[in-house]
Amino acid sequence: MAIQFTLNGKPQAVDVSPNMPLLWVLRDTLGMSGTKFGCGLGLCGACMVHIDGEATRSCITPITAVSGKKITTIEGLSPDHSHPVQQAWIEIDVPQCGYCQSGQIMSAAALLAKKAQPGDAEIDEAMKGNICRCGTYQRIRQAVHRAAQLHGAPAKLKSGATKTGAADGTEQALNAHTVEVGGTP
Amino acid sequence: MNDDAIMKVDRRGFLKTSLAGTTGLVIGFYLPGCSEALAESAAGAPPAALNAWMRIGTDDSVTILIDKSEMGQGILTALCMLAAEELECDWKKIRTEFAPAAKEYFNPAFGMQGTGGSSSVRSSWEPMRKAGAAAREMLLEAAAQEWGVDKAECRAWNGVISHVATKRRLTYGGVAEAAARLPVPADVPLKDPKQFHSIGKSVKRLDTPDKVNGRAEFGIDIRRPGMLYAVVERCPVFGGKVASFDATKANAVRGVKTVIQISSGVAVVADSTWAAMEGRRALVVKWDEGANANVSSDSISKLFEERAAQPGAEARKEGNAAAALSGAAKKIEAIYEVPFLAHATMEPQNCTADVRADRCDVWAPTQFQTIAQSTAAKISGLKPEAVFIHTTFLGGGFGRRAEFDFIVEAVEISKAVGAPVKITWSREDDMQHDFYRPASYARLTAGLDADGWPVAWTTRIACPSIMNRFFPGTIKNNLDPTSVEGVANLPYTIPNILVDYQLTETGVPVGFWRSVGNSQNGFFSESFMDELAAAGKKDPYEFRRHLLGKSPRHLGVLEMAAQKAGWDKPLPAGRFRGIAVLTAFQSYAAQVVEISVNRSARTLKIHRVVCAVDVGRVVNPANIAAQSESAVVYGLAAALHGAITISRGRVEQTNFDNYPMLRMNEMPVIEVHIVPSEEKPTGAGELSVPPVTPALCNAIFAATGKRIRRLPIRPEDLA
Repeated sequence: MAIQFTLNGKPQAVDVSPNMPLLWVLRDTLGMSGTKFGCGLGLCGACMVHIDGEATRSCITPITAVSGKKITTIEGLSPDHSHPVQQAWIEIDVPQCGYCQSGQIMSAAALLAKKAQPGDAEIDEAMKGNICRCGTYQRIRQAVHRAAQLHGAPAKLKSGATKTGAADGTEQALNAHTVEVGGTP
Repeated sequence: MNDDAIMKVDRRGFLKTSLAGTTGLVIGFYLPGCSEALAESAAGAPPAALNAWMRIGTDDSVTILIDKSEMGQGILTALCMLAAEELECDWKKIRTEFAPAAKEYFNPAFGMQGTGGSSSVRSSWEPMRKAGAAAREMLLEAAAQEWGVDKAECRAWNGVISHVATKRRLTYGGVAEAAARLPVPADVPLKDPKQFHSIGKSVKRLDTPDKVNGRAEFGIDIRRPGMLYAVVERCPVFGGKVASFDATKANAVRGVKTVIQISSGVAVVADSTWAAMEGRRALVVKWDEGANANVSSDSISKLFEERAAQPGAEARKEGNAAAALSGAAKKIEAIYEVPFLAHATMEPQNCTADVRADRCDVWAPTQFQTIAQSTAAKISGLKPEAVFIHTTFLGGGFGRRAEFDFIVEAVEISKAVGAPVKITWSREDDMQHDFYRPASYARLTAGLDADGWPVAWTTRIACPSIMNRFFPGTIKNNLDPTSVEGVANLPYTIPNILVDYQLTETGVPVGFWRSVGNSQNGFFSESFMDELAAAGKKDPYEFRRHLLGKSPRHLGVLEMAAQKAGWDKPLPAGRFRGIAVLTAFQSYAAQVVEISVNRSARTLKIHRVVCAVDVGRVVNPANIAAQSESAVVYGLAAALHGAITISRGRVEQTNFDNYPMLRMNEMPVIEVHIVPSEEKPTGAGELSVPPVTPALCNAIFAATGKRIRRLPIRPEDLA
């Protein structure tokens, strides 16, 4: 029986096994490979999509659960890199291997949709479900702040004391990317 | 990469195209005996054939053939920088394609085509610039001939040839076809580095735009017409075999096409990845578990201990360590031990193969293209020339994709079913069937004189050998150089040194893991150095500094790290720091890690990691910073969380819940500082992994007085 939903703004129907996760419907049935398989258990965030605006792990979301819902994938975020998160990611040169970045970007976009100026602790909380094996976290943190700026709101660079390793160093992190041989003064 | 592009870069098509001249200029150049030492076991001669690296299109496009695997380390951009520095093309017109497998692309570091050992920039440094220079001269000559002027009066800049006196201009595309008919000039002089306009300046990565909109194509994203999807059930015990299997229920799963036995286990082939996974869950396999069924982490540890009681193959011997130890004022001994580690690339292993009667195509995120090619040739029964390797982006490599087990599986299944097949490993497959960073055991001994300075150092390593399987020709007298790298090359001035090695196989497969032997031996040696400093009541920075008189590049990074970290200034209350320095892959790194410890909660917070690196002449400083950040995170994940443990011959960990990674909330601030250098360029991809663990553990010692000699760091270590 066909399951119907809205995918990146367009109506979509698929006829697949009812327990098939949305991830594999996207990747294999619909040929949209921007959403990645990382763990299959909702542990790494590589498969993150938006379902009715909520950042959701598609690898543990059976297709029946999205019937009638609105799904946005990385391909639907913006086709021309115009989303502030994508712009910030390019500006700060976040990706390395790039495999986790679709998921990172979808998590960051969902965060900024809810919170225009997240502090470091809020960024950590929203982004800790996304693993990056290349260790781009410092740049992700910086890029989320930059995306918030691009959204139009002044960035809140310091969020006061937190339990994380970030709060005391965001400005250092921002500066650390002006790299010159010989080191920063 | 679309089909068109794939056909263009297959070698025969490529050369034919170049002869026809239809795509403009295709540059070949001769590489007589690139002199880097070949891996001794490697077959074949150094590159000596005409080779193709760049195409200039009549549309002014410049296509650079990327012969190294892009796995996040930024080599795609670096290779383009090297070519463009001499080609003087318009940076915005550069496109890239991954090169096919061909001996023309052999990496002199390995004697085969491959990416690893942080060798890419150092092996491409001359060839890519020479290719760019040769192309530029041909374009200049073609324009000069067109205008009937002397080439010396013409100038190439930003994709345009201009004749200065007459102000005439031609774009590269406009003369590309004429240039392609000219002979390739030999020995075009390369720029004096003082003239570099791009090399040495930070450049943004060329692959970023496609990595933020889902368009970058990884191996796992390949789709071919008529393609089937497969997963493989493998024996959980290393070395085990299929005894029998019952596929009745698996075959009944919707979408499953067939179930077949292959060399590594039982493959379920279906019309989607999910259907194959469902079929696999319904599959019943009986295993012959073989000789390793009783192996455990405890049994391996005991084996190491026994082996380390006996002298091993000597890796370094200077003076008489035994005599110096017996005469020392103070003797220090310690046992260090580290576990196996999985690579855990974010993209699970995968491969797509299409085996036909007359050709075989393989789409793979591989680090070793010509091994992939010869492997596929052997299985398909075709000649290597009939096997086409299409390298995709790699969703992380870290050494895991130097292996070819995933290629074997895809080719075997495609051959058996007569269709294109993509295999996808689950995360559990990936974690339980890796080639692990070797578990290792080290006995260290040192003697200090009455003033607290070391007079003797010994280290005995017991661990499995990577090269025994991968490049057996590099093993001499039971010594695997990768098992002792990071300690055999101890840089300190100590008059009596003995490092030896007990090659100890365990039944657990081991492989190259980002920074290889340095990852564990750097921890052993730089932690033990800290023990000596403490035993001699010396500052750990000054202690190292005093002993590095004969190692100026070590000293350079050590001093830079200490200075940038403010080693001479007191820390705020509750903050502590540790330091470490080493060399790896001909580059140098030092780090200072700043932490605080909550001893009652047994928790640790890493505030800041200050990195200093010396990689010789720098191609792209921004990328050196990115790789250093990346390497620190890779090392910290292992130090804080990483342990692959063995029980009944199988790996106990399954996924990211029981093999955790570093996450955003644990991320320290990382600063990277680069030592200016005019030495030949060397790599940064692995360099900064090994120092972070000893620097961190030395900081914990400063905070708690407890020495961490076993990884990963446990809560009780922080009490």
